[in-house]
Amino acid sequence: MVLDVKWAVRWLTLCAQAMAENRVWLIELDRAIGDSDHGENMDRGFQAVLEKLAEAQPETPGAALKLTAMTLMSKVGGAAGPLYGTAFLRASTALGDAAEIDPGRLADALVAARDGIVARGKAESGDKTMVDAWTPAAEAAQAAAADGAGTVLGVLVAAAEAAEAGAVATEPLVARKGRASYLGERSAGHRDPGAASSALILRAAVGAAA
Amino acid sequence: MKKLINDPRSVVDESVEGFGLAHAGLVTVTADPKYVTRKDAPVAGKVGLVSGGGSGHEPLHAGFVGLGMLDAAVPGAVFTSPTPDQILPATLAVNSGAGVVHIVKNYTGDVLNFETAAELAQAEGVDIRTVLVNDDVAVEDSLYTAGRRGVGGTVLVEKIAGAAAERGDSLDAVAAIGDRVNSNVRTMGVALSACTVPHAGTPSFDLADDEIEIGIGIHGEPGRHKIPMENADGITDRLLDPVLSDLGITGGEKVLLFVNGMGGTPLSELYIVYRRAAQVIAERGAAVERSLVGNYITSLEMQGCSISVLRLDDELTHLWDAPVHTAALRWGV
Repeated sequence: MVLDVKWAVRWLTLCAQAMAENRVWLIELDRAIGDSDHGENMDRGFQAVLEKLAEAQPETPGAALKLTAMTLMSKVGGAAGPLYGTAFLRASTALGDAAEIDPGRLADALVAARDGIVARGKAESGDKTMVDAWTPAAEAAQAAAADGAGTVLGVLVAAAEAAEAGAVATEPLVARKGRASYLGERSAGHRDPGAASSALILRAAVGAAA
Repeated sequence: MKKLINDPRSVVDESVEGFGLAHAGLVTVTADPKYVTRKDAPVAGKVGLVSGGGSGHEPLHAGFVGLGMLDAAVPGAVFTSPTPDQILPATLAVNSGAGVVHIVKNYTGDVLNFETAAELAQAEGVDIRTVLVNDDVAVEDSLYTAGRRGVGGTVLVEKIAGAAAERGDSLDAVAAIGDRVNSNVRTMGVALSACTVPHAGTPSFDLADDEIEIGIGIHGEPGRHKIPMENADGITDRLLDPVLSDLGITGGEKVLLFVNGMGGTPLSELYIVYRRAAQVIAERGAAVERSLVGNYITSLEMQGCSISVLRLDDELTHLWDAPVHTAALRWGV
């Protein structure tokens, strides 16, 4: 398996599919502790990404992610737009103009995405935000890449599994950042919608490489 | 869900289009990217004022575009902040060279998108100042939350900073007036019913017939806690006490009292709340010098209200009284 621009386009296409399929679920998660718009915004944003990809036909994975970043920033709104936009932009910068991505660079890109989200949103681990999916994902990706036998698929699977576990682990947490923080103790018992959509995005990356 | 809409996905487009038609003498509506500017923008030599946020709070913000208030309003999707690709052109459109003040309600999405737009505008050579509105006393523990939200006080910041810009104040002076209003206003709200976001189709939170939510924001999000329904005076006391204590209002002070409807409560009920709030303030020895009662910053069709108290000084009173001509507020012209 090589991670080239075709993989990147497949990944983003699967992201759009996942957001459309999970639109109602994400709205329901957000309804419980936020304001019921996350599924709608992510669906709208990734549909716009698909249109842009068809128009622009990027030549490298980095270029595809940069286009995604700019589109999400301009179409999603809310906190998710700038946060995901920054994540994809930082990942794109980490990939540079490489035509194919090796395991080490892939892990670097995931770490850069996580760092971008932290820098923009100023949330820490345990605040019940998408950081709780991205930090374990970035760390698992680094560990998988450091293993000499690590493959790009192995890095992606490790990241997706860690993100999914991280998203589930937000359920008992009390939110300290974002819209859910206004609920205080009442935010416990619900999965964070941003962590949930992050896990969907990282799972789509595996699907595109499988 | 019964709503006067054609398609949940075109609610904001069609509503803003209608707003532009209804107030063609006051505003210009740009459709894509979407923003509303004052008809005569940019006004030569004047500091521009731009605000924006999710839709669903009408008349905020587009209803406050015009003489003596905002130069531009940037509507996002329902309850979703607008994006930098809307905020930036709105900012550029109202910049006369004197700089632009962004008035931003303290919600994570609004802050992040306005922050990004401000960086881009500065890169294009426009001086930007940001006034962050965070008047909501319902958020008690700002250390462990995203901080106090910008709610009812936003209307007062927009009116008073708008008057300062209209009289020719500098960029820094307009921002300083905005900050001064923000630091002297506090607000607390209550919901008697939830609202339904058109694309979600179901109410934004669950509330039994005999329950109310105390300490709500303006995006249909639940508040601090649910309590059993009470009468108007009881609810008014619950909202006003924390507002007055947090503001530290003492005898002899002058205030502006703003009772705001959330969209689904009749004016007659808002005046019942106003009546009690005015009594309580008088009992504390303070004087209500100015008042505002009505639906100005709403949450779709939510039933409920918010109470804001602004500590006035002579300058703020003078700026409040200054002429304003917008779709939702008009006096002196």
